[in-house]
Amino acid sequence: MDLTYTPEEEEFRARLREWLAEAIPALPPKPSPDDWPGRRAYDLGWQRTLYDAGYAGLHWPLDAGGRGATPVQHLIYLEESEKAGAPYVGANFVGLLHAGPTIAAEGTASQRARWLPPVLRGEEVWCQGFSEPDAGSDLAALRTRAWRDGDDYVVSGSKIWTSHAEVADWCELLVRTDPSAPRHRGISWLAMPMDAPGITVRPLRTLAGSAEFAEVFLDEVRIPVAHRVGAENDGWRVTMVTLSYERGTAFVGEVVACRRVLGELAHAARGNGRWDDPVLRRWLGRLNAEFRALWRLTQWNVSEAERTGGVPGVGGSVFKLRYSHARQELYDAAAEVLGPEALDLDREWTRDRLTSLSYTIAAGTSQIQRNIVAERILGLPKGR
Amino acid sequence: MDFQLTEDQRALRDGVRALLAGRFGPEALRAAVARGGRGLDRTLWRELGEAGFFSLRLPEADGGVGLGLPEAVLAFEEAGRVLLPGPLVATHLAAGEVAGAATGETVVTAVYGGLVEWLDESDAVRDAAGSTAGDGAAGAVPLTSVDPLTPLHRVPGGLPVDPPGDASPTSPAGPTGPSDPLATLLTSAEQLGNAARTCEAAVQHARTREQFGQPIGAFQAVKHLCAQMLVRVELARAAVYAAAVTADPMDIAAARLLADDAAVRGARDCLQVHGGMGFTWESDVHLYLKRAWVRTRRGGPATESEELLADDLVAGAGR
Ligand SMILES: Cc1cc2nc3c(=O)[nH]c(=O)nc-3n(C[C@H](O)[C@H](O)[C@H](O)COP(=O)(O)OP(=O)(O)OC[C@H]3O[C@@H](n4cnc5c(N)ncnc54)[C@H](O)[C@@H]3O)c2cc1C
Repeated sequence: MDLTYTPEEEEFRARLREWLAEAIPALPPKPSPDDWPGRRAYDLGWQRTLYDAGYAGLHWPLDAGGRGATPVQHLIYLEESEKAGAPYVGANFVGLLHAGPTIAAEGTASQRARWLPPVLRGEEVWCQGFSEPDAGSDLAALRTRAWRDGDDYVVSGSKIWTSHAEVADWCELLVRTDPSAPRHRGISWLAMPMDAPGITVRPLRTLAGSAEFAEVFLDEVRIPVAHRVGAENDGWRVTMVTLSYERGTAFVGEVVACRRVLGELAHAARGNGRWDDPVLRRWLGRLNAEFRALWRLTQWNVSEAERTGGVPGVGGSVFKLRYSHARQELYDAAAEVLGPEALDLDREWTRDRLTSLSYTIAAGTSQIQRNIVAERILGLPKGR
Repeated sequence: MDFQLTEDQRALRDGVRALLAGRFGPEALRAAVARGGRGLDRTLWRELGEAGFFSLRLPEADGGVGLGLPEAVLAFEEAGRVLLPGPLVATHLAAGEVAGAATGETVVTAVYGGLVEWLDESDAVRDAAGSTAGDGAAGAVPLTSVDPLTPLHRVPGGLPVDPPGDASPTSPAGPTGPSDPLATLLTSAEQLGNAARTCEAAVQHARTREQFGQPIGAFQAVKHLCAQMLVRVELARAAVYAAAVTADPMDIAAARLLADDAAVRGARDCLQVHGGMGFTWESDVHLYLKRAWVRTRRGGPATESEELLADDLVAGAGR
């Protein structure tokens, strides 16, 4: 049990901090939340800046173009970036945090050479085409079909809730390549170019008012067989790799952000007199305990990953469950601090409160995460 | 940073677990219940002393084991798992100060949160300042303890008791003063062990008890109760271990809130999973819930910890 960082880790932190202090003031102004092309350009620009400074894909393996950093270095990177107010990964989320690592782990040499460098250089954006209208929690029920036709798959069907679909260049797409096989056995993982003929993207408006995600219709879209990552009909296994990355490391920086917001809330409450309310004050105190513990759990999970070779385990589900609810409570507390102003959509905390509602749904709902914890960690029987 | 147990820490934990399994198994627990919280097992107390339970953090030069807070926390977690009775925390903290405490010859209790545990069975009483010089428990009156394994005395003026309907203001911190962070941390470790054990017991029962032709653990309503128990345990574990490493008062306050929550809610959920059996005296579940309740009072009212952590936010240290 050791929470001190090694001299090398501290040096890494110090250099990073120094670099961030220079890089961040040089950033262009943030685009408005509805300006999608602007947001894409902004996010990719930051990725390019990271690349030029040698910080791109820190946690990716060396032979995938990354820095081969340890999980602890990655943790430091996420912590310091958030503290310094660096941009959120945004449009680079899927490419950097799970499609890229999946291709690095499961792709062929030429697939890695084709897809990984543009993600690191901030040239290409990926989206995730897993969910379908009738296959959300029950992902293995997906029906989007792919037929072999020469060197191509011909794909028809539809995907939904696809974040960043409007501005993506590539999509990690799950398709059914063998409809007669048992549900988990007939699936394949493909990289689909988003400009292929036959693709229609229909933006969906979220409850926060913006179009964060979209419905994607696929009408006989041709995708080269060479774009398949992993063996044909072995896509479910590849998908589990993707999901472990999605749940494993994706929320680390956000915990740091929540701790910052909590401090800001306390100061705001002091400023507007709400601090005198002992119930509210103690609620904020309890949230402080919660987020401190979540940060400790993050450190625990990261050092465990470091010992076991870097692959995030099901511990990510434990974290995601608690974090997603805590985040919602944080913004409920913010509304309590703001008072009537909490109903003003121009307040950042009001928008964040709305966005926080997605955390118990996206990347596997809380109910599904509880099933995972109960069945895979506690060994309880599968129910029907 | 390697925030995992070292080989030595694992060995220590396993050693304490084996010792307690041999010396305070389910039968010993039932026998202690049958004694009704009278007659602390002095032989066991001395055996714990010999094993270094009380002298764990005492320097080797002073005849101790020379280990640190993280190791003590692991040992107390194990004590919490088996509901080991007695003023373990107070005696541990008195080692090196009160003659015979380190070896388990002397049983030392303390005033925590306005209450004294095992007063009649103890040889010395520590007050809030850690001193055994005065009579910290002068005028203490017995109460009928909710926990059959923890006799309790209330210290006069220790904690205000409001008659129903009386709106007169009461002082939040009684004459017992602020709570001792180390006692709070070791108590949190016991709560963690308590929570981990009830989670295991619930899972075990859910795997074997059948209704409607299948194990009840296959039903999501039960499965999700168990999953939530584990989530609370794991979060509390991270908080308690971190507080043991840093010994920071804020980390300790946070660990306390999460560990209390994991222990109390875990025991309740465990009882629920056991159904009618859980509501009987024969099942051990109520013992875990009652002890968890007793321990929640040791660090003073939970609101004190919350206030501390709230102040930390405006002090800026929480960022
Ligand atoms: C903001 C946001 C972004 C997203 N981005 C993407 C993306 O980029 N790519 C992508 O592929 N998907 C994305 N998703 C989809 C997300 O993964 C799904 O919404 C999620 O998995 C739930 O599926 P569903 O919406 O079909 O709900 P359903 O599966 O219909 O669930 C509805 C309710 O039933 C419950 N339920 C379902 N099955 C069970 C069960 N077995 N036991 C208990 N309860 C159950 C659920 O917990 C939920 O409460 C996104 C979702 C959101 C909200």
